[in-house]
Amino acid sequence: MSKNKVTIMKVCFTANGTTLDALMEERFGRAPYFVIVESETESFEAIKNPYADGGGGVGPKAAQVLIANNVKALISGQVGGNAQEVLAAAGIEMYTYRAVGSVKDALDQFTKNMLARSG
Amino acid sequence: MKIAVASGKGGTGKSMMAANLAFTLAWTGQVTLVDCDVEEPNLHLFFPAPASTREVTMPVPVIDETKCQHCGLCGEFCQYGALTVLQSRVLFFPELCHSCGGCMLVCPNGAIHEEPKRIGTLSTSAPQPGLKLISGTLETGSPHAVPVIRAAKKQAAHDQLVIIDTAPGTSCPVVEALDGCDACILVTESTPFGLHDLQLAVDVAARLGIPTGIVINRSDGKDEETLRFCIDHDLEILMTIPFSREIAAIQNRGDLLCRAQPEWQKDFCALFFKYRALTGVER
Repeated sequence: MSKNKVTIMKVCFTANGTTLDALMEERFGRAPYFVIVESETESFEAIKNPYADGGGGVGPKAAQVLIANNVKALISGQVGGNAQEVLAAAGIEMYTYRAVGSVKDALDQFTKNMLARSG
Repeated sequence: MKIAVASGKGGTGKSMMAANLAFTLAWTGQVTLVDCDVEEPNLHLFFPAPASTREVTMPVPVIDETKCQHCGLCGEFCQYGALTVLQSRVLFFPELCHSCGGCMLVCPNGAIHEEPKRIGTLSTSAPQPGLKLISGTLETGSPHAVPVIRAAKKQAAHDQLVIIDTAPGTSCPVVEALDGCDACILVTESTPFGLHDLQLAVDVAARLGIPTGIVINRSDGKDEETLRFCIDHDLEILMTIPFSREIAAIQNRGDLLCRAQPEWQKDFCALFFKYRALTGVER
């Protein structure tokens, strides 16, 4: 990990559980949990997505959760068009993780700069 | 009296039923045929005639950025995710908006007003004496079928005898089209899919409290399972139309069964009498 980076960046992972061992969830708006990791310290918190079972328009609503939590980057499999527009306007970077793996696996790939930028 | 023609499964012959029933009944009195399959209206193909067209709109919010303080109340209020308030701008997704007007009410700065957004059109024509055709057409890309269906039905609200052709399926557009009808004709076909989707449609009509009669179209003569289902659920078979290359050919050239083979008119009249008995409503 680079030592010269001083800013702590909050990175959000769409997950099926509340820990770093939880499996990644491919969908963004309907992901059960958002695991938010501070990229430098690797401390994390899990937020239950209140829109996971919502009727419609869940993408922009979920994006608002990320904005409210000061997230700077999102790692997910699939981000819908409306959510992408909100995230892009809020300056949140999007990266695609489509493999079957845990939050830890995705974090590892993200820190090694192996994930493709999307959105 | 409002007659709905629905099916569950697509392609069973809803529009064929609705068109032939309207064609037949129009000889005896004024009939209004309403095409509520607004995503793919097709009744005008059977009844080509010059039509007058008007817009269907729904109100959507417009933000006055000079008054907006980006407080975020509208975005919090909106249950459909149509408004997202960022630090210095508001994002609006018109396709998610349900026109509830709540954002306008909660805005403390009077920064929101509504403007009409076009979501579809209504075309009205008089293709034959006694027949009025109203076709709702949803704007391409718009997800708001229900308000267009509502507008089409409203246009026929004061008409005596209304035949409503619904969309296939059992979702919101079908529920909206069925709402307020005296009874519905469910068209099915001699296939497992036809029966499966008929079961779903029967359930929807029952939940809406609408009496139901069944038409078996393209029957191959082996309808035992459909008949058993109808007996079990106390559903009357209003009509059976055989699987016939000749009937298919009539349809394919855009003609009507009852126009090409007028002897079918008495079958459609008989269907109407059975239907009326179902509803208990006099014409």
